[in-house]
Amino acid sequence: MAAAATMMFGQEQMVSSNNDMAPDWTSKEVSTGTTIMAVEYDGGVVVGADSRTTTGAYIANRVTDKLTPIHDRIFCCRSGSAADTQAIADMVTYQLGFHSIELDELPKVETAANLFKASCYRYREELTAGIIVAGWDKRRGGQVYSVPIGGMCVRQQVSIGGSGSSYIYGFMDANYKPGMTKEQCMELVTNAVSLAMERDGSSGGVVRLAAISESGVERRVVLGGQLPKFFTN
Amino acid sequence: MQLNGCRSFRSMLGSPDLSLANNAYLGIPSRRWDANAWKRQSSSAEQLPVLMSLFGGEMSLLRSPLQPPSPGFSFDLTERNAVLGRLLEGSPPPRPVKTGTTISGMVFRDGVVLGADTRATSGDIVADKMCAKIHRISANMYCCGAGTAADTQKTTDLLASNLALFSLNSQRAPRVLMAASILQDTLYRYGGQIGAHLILGGVDYSGNHLYTVGPYGSVNKLPFVSMGSGSMAALGILEDRYKPDMEVEEAKVLVRDSVQAGIMGDLGSGSNVDLCVITARTVDYIRPYQESQYTNGRDRKYKYPRGTTALLSEKVVPLRVELVTEAVQRMETH
Repeated sequence: MAAAATMMFGQEQMVSSNNDMAPDWTSKEVSTGTTIMAVEYDGGVVVGADSRTTTGAYIANRVTDKLTPIHDRIFCCRSGSAADTQAIADMVTYQLGFHSIELDELPKVETAANLFKASCYRYREELTAGIIVAGWDKRRGGQVYSVPIGGMCVRQQVSIGGSGSSYIYGFMDANYKPGMTKEQCMELVTNAVSLAMERDGSSGGVVRLAAISESGVERRVVLGGQLPKFFTN
Repeated sequence: MQLNGCRSFRSMLGSPDLSLANNAYLGIPSRRWDANAWKRQSSSAEQLPVLMSLFGGEMSLLRSPLQPPSPGFSFDLTERNAVLGRLLEGSPPPRPVKTGTTISGMVFRDGVVLGADTRATSGDIVADKMCAKIHRISANMYCCGAGTAADTQKTTDLLASNLALFSLNSQRAPRVLMAASILQDTLYRYGGQIGAHLILGGVDYSGNHLYTVGPYGSVNKLPFVSMGSGSMAALGILEDRYKPDMEVEEAKVLVRDSVQAGIMGDLGSGSNVDLCVITARTVDYIRPYQESQYTNGRDRKYKYPRGTTALLSEKVVPLRVELVTEAVQRMETH
């Protein structure tokens, strides 16, 4: 299923020819074919992701942490090429950290989103990175910004991304309501990511969650056995 | 890939601009190496200078010795490959030596154990039966390499020298995280063209760490890992028997078993098992930890005693060296 804009390809070729004894996936780029999600609530945001990183059909890391801290109260959810998103996230972490020191206060989430957008748009031809930036700042509270492949930047109350997100647009539209509490958001994200993991081959493992608010960051992991169970056809 | 006057993402990070080099040469799209590029025709008039340069050494392939080499990858040798291809005419070109490999590692209570097989393959032939795949990075860090042998060796060598310089400059032992970041930056800049699949393990003041670094520059930090063509066989063993905080002997056996699974189950892996046990106090580089049960010993001795070749006559001609000038230059020593 290569139709959706958020699908990752990762079919990079390398010097080795395909006649080698090495399996096919050693020549494929590592991709976080993924499900990522972020939800705003009054007082903060909840971000969530699955934990699978693939090279072709092989799972290179089944416990990946795709929720990357960019600053004290700002996280980014990474989907797409693992190498590209790690590199971009490192760069933005540096730029934002520098900016925050100059400012002598916590940076705005909008600033972080713009920094991501600047890199993702400028080098759009060479990068495969779908990123959701989410966090809390004192001016506007909890915010979620989506920076998909191509480098646009738009603020949304709920945002989903990655190859598994295609399967949960309906679920998200039906179940998100503005004015939910933090626990309700956590439950929504857990359910949504679990449903996507069930249907998308490139998503799986555990569900990682983080709730970001003024008081701090609360991280949770929902292990395989504890994932919510739905009707299995 | 378009250029449009704006430099690529990787060159912005201060590096060879692959898309420039690629586009300049025969319009090969960026990051895609055409395995048949060497077959492209070049006129016979070009053959002679290229052939001469084959014997004249690599330097003569530059347009002029006074011109500094252009940045980025140089594809000059593909012309040589094209000529060689015509000389060989029909038989396949020599392939780069790859370590079809099983490497694995795990974190245990007191440190990190790394394991590797010792087979290096070139196509279907075993190029090296006793290849060393565990490379020393620093006193407290070792790195196993799978993929293209030359790439893993050079990348780890470069990392080792840079970290040694850092150590001397800062009077600090390097952290494993620093080594992983350096590897990540380097490999990312080359966009996957450096075929190095690495397992980096070590002990520093902040604990015992194990990383994998992929050829595109992705890093994973995990308690147990395996890479190479035999990695799936090895990972099965590790997934089944790994527990956190194992003791050293049990950990060594587990890593040996995982590499053994790769040796038995993967054609690209074989020969012996090397182990490297890193703890805060010591490093135990055990090469080999286990020897292959399938080698037959040499039938004969190939060492010849002195005097086997008869000395018929001897003539000594002293070379007379004439001292022309002598100059003394004082060195400033404080």
